[in-house]
Amino acid sequence: MNAPVPATAVWDTARIQQDFPILSREVHGKPLVYLDSAATTQRPVSVVEAVRKFDLTHNANVHRGVHLLSQEATQAYEGAREKVRRFLNAASVREILFVRGTTEAINLVSNSFGTSKIGAGDEIVVSSLEHHSNIVPWQMLAERTGAVLRVIPMSDSGDLDQEAYRELLNARTRLVALTHISNALGTVNPVREMIAAAHEHEIPVLVDGAQAVAHTAVDVRELDCDFYAFSGHKLYGPTGIGVLYGREALLEAMPPWQGGGDMIASVSFSGTTYNELPYKFEAGTPNISGAVGLGAAVDYVEALGLEAIAAHEADLLDYLVAQLSKIDCVRLIGEPAVRGGAVSFLIGDVHPHDIGTILDCEGIAIRAGHHCAQPIMERLGIPATARASVGVYNTKADIDSLVAPLPQIAEMFAR
Amino acid sequence: MSMLELYQEVILDHNKSPRNFRDMDCASHKACGKNPLCGDELDLFLNIEDGVIQDVSFTGTGCAISVASASLLTEKLKGRTVTDAEAIYREVHMMLTGESDVDPAELGKLAVLSGVCQFPVRVKCASLAWHTMHAALQDRSEDVSTE
Repeated sequence: MNAPVPATAVWDTARIQQDFPILSREVHGKPLVYLDSAATTQRPVSVVEAVRKFDLTHNANVHRGVHLLSQEATQAYEGAREKVRRFLNAASVREILFVRGTTEAINLVSNSFGTSKIGAGDEIVVSSLEHHSNIVPWQMLAERTGAVLRVIPMSDSGDLDQEAYRELLNARTRLVALTHISNALGTVNPVREMIAAAHEHEIPVLVDGAQAVAHTAVDVRELDCDFYAFSGHKLYGPTGIGVLYGREALLEAMPPWQGGGDMIASVSFSGTTYNELPYKFEAGTPNISGAVGLGAAVDYVEALGLEAIAAHEADLLDYLVAQLSKIDCVRLIGEPAVRGGAVSFLIGDVHPHDIGTILDCEGIAIRAGHHCAQPIMERLGIPATARASVGVYNTKADIDSLVAPLPQIAEMFAR
Repeated sequence: MSMLELYQEVILDHNKSPRNFRDMDCASHKACGKNPLCGDELDLFLNIEDGVIQDVSFTGTGCAISVASASLLTEKLKGRTVTDAEAIYREVHMMLTGESDVDPAELGKLAVLSGVCQFPVRVKCASLAWHTMHAALQDRSEDVSTE
């Protein structure tokens, strides 16, 4: 097994690529060029091995067995929680809830916090840059409670209108739900300032960090956010595991969402008392090996260093934007003030699905579609975009591979 | 399977210059096809008199496969009987899903769509117009989707 490169070492992408065996496979007879990390990141050997080792040597249920395996499994699971706490710089592991992913994290907040704290006529502020998973749970809550959804508008460049945002905040606003980085356009929102603005009105803020945690260091205390949600599989970890960070005082006051085993202190037909944090929100047997894999993923990115990752990716994105800008028929979709993770583009009138299929034939994996962000597409008056997104393993050669066939595609489809 | 087999000249041509790409005021039958995940949307119009398709047209937006398939459909069906149209619909459906070998004599130019079955995620693009036409013939009013 390859140990990750220490943070102090010179950045060596070729060395990092060796940690990801999938990158050496072929697609349609061509070497794979993976530029779809915003959909899911590939997993390094260390993550796969951590899950494998757990499954083969420590597997048992957590928090209940007296036998050794159960103690080991509990230790591994809670060890992963501590790694995540440190990763986010949360004050306590009581604030770190394991969930299935970002979507479940947001649904937890909308069902628990939302149902108990948000009523008819109250307002929830979301932004026009949100993924469907940070829109639909709030629409469902609004439908249940009679609350109203207010939307922060955005500019053609894909930046949120900060003035309009501040005007939306008022005495009826109960929550701001905001993406850290847009999955569709790559916009990095000024979340710290936006959280501060909400807090002036004592409004809590949920940050959807799905697209951020793999690209930038996140410190929940420095951000001062109230909830922060992310998925393991966009951080080089497994699917089916994710995290909801919640400020302890808020989580304490919130009712449980799902009921069942593990989330109770005692159960009787005369009444049930709930377990303490974080277990109050973890009903049923959790995804134990997934959490172990997520812990290993956190180790992996920390060993590379978030600052070094951010610098590497900023370099790649600058290069990608520059190369795309050189091609006449290519139009960038979204030119945000600060970009992270992804670049969306169109080629002339060519439908993004045709771009995606042709690139796939060349072994190049990108995403084509509305990126589960239809309101953005509607706002920009386009049905879909082609999106290239980067990770620690990408190189400028990958960008060159992507860009090279684009003029030919334009010519092929020219009307 | 290479991209050139999928994006044959006929498909590129019908995408660039879709045939019968227009509204139809006097349509006797029409239906709307939508694949929301793709963003493909098309309205398909038929004017049928005495069991014969006198005119057929479409409007909408979509990828090259979806637009070309709709355009080829209109070319193929104009002047044919409704019974013929249903039979062709069944053959195209089988061709796109790879359930049977294409009889080029029967399908003619439509055979260029046969490469689509090698790209499972794109079958829905090529089949949207055909399912929409089928729904129009049956006077079904709800939107059609192949996703």
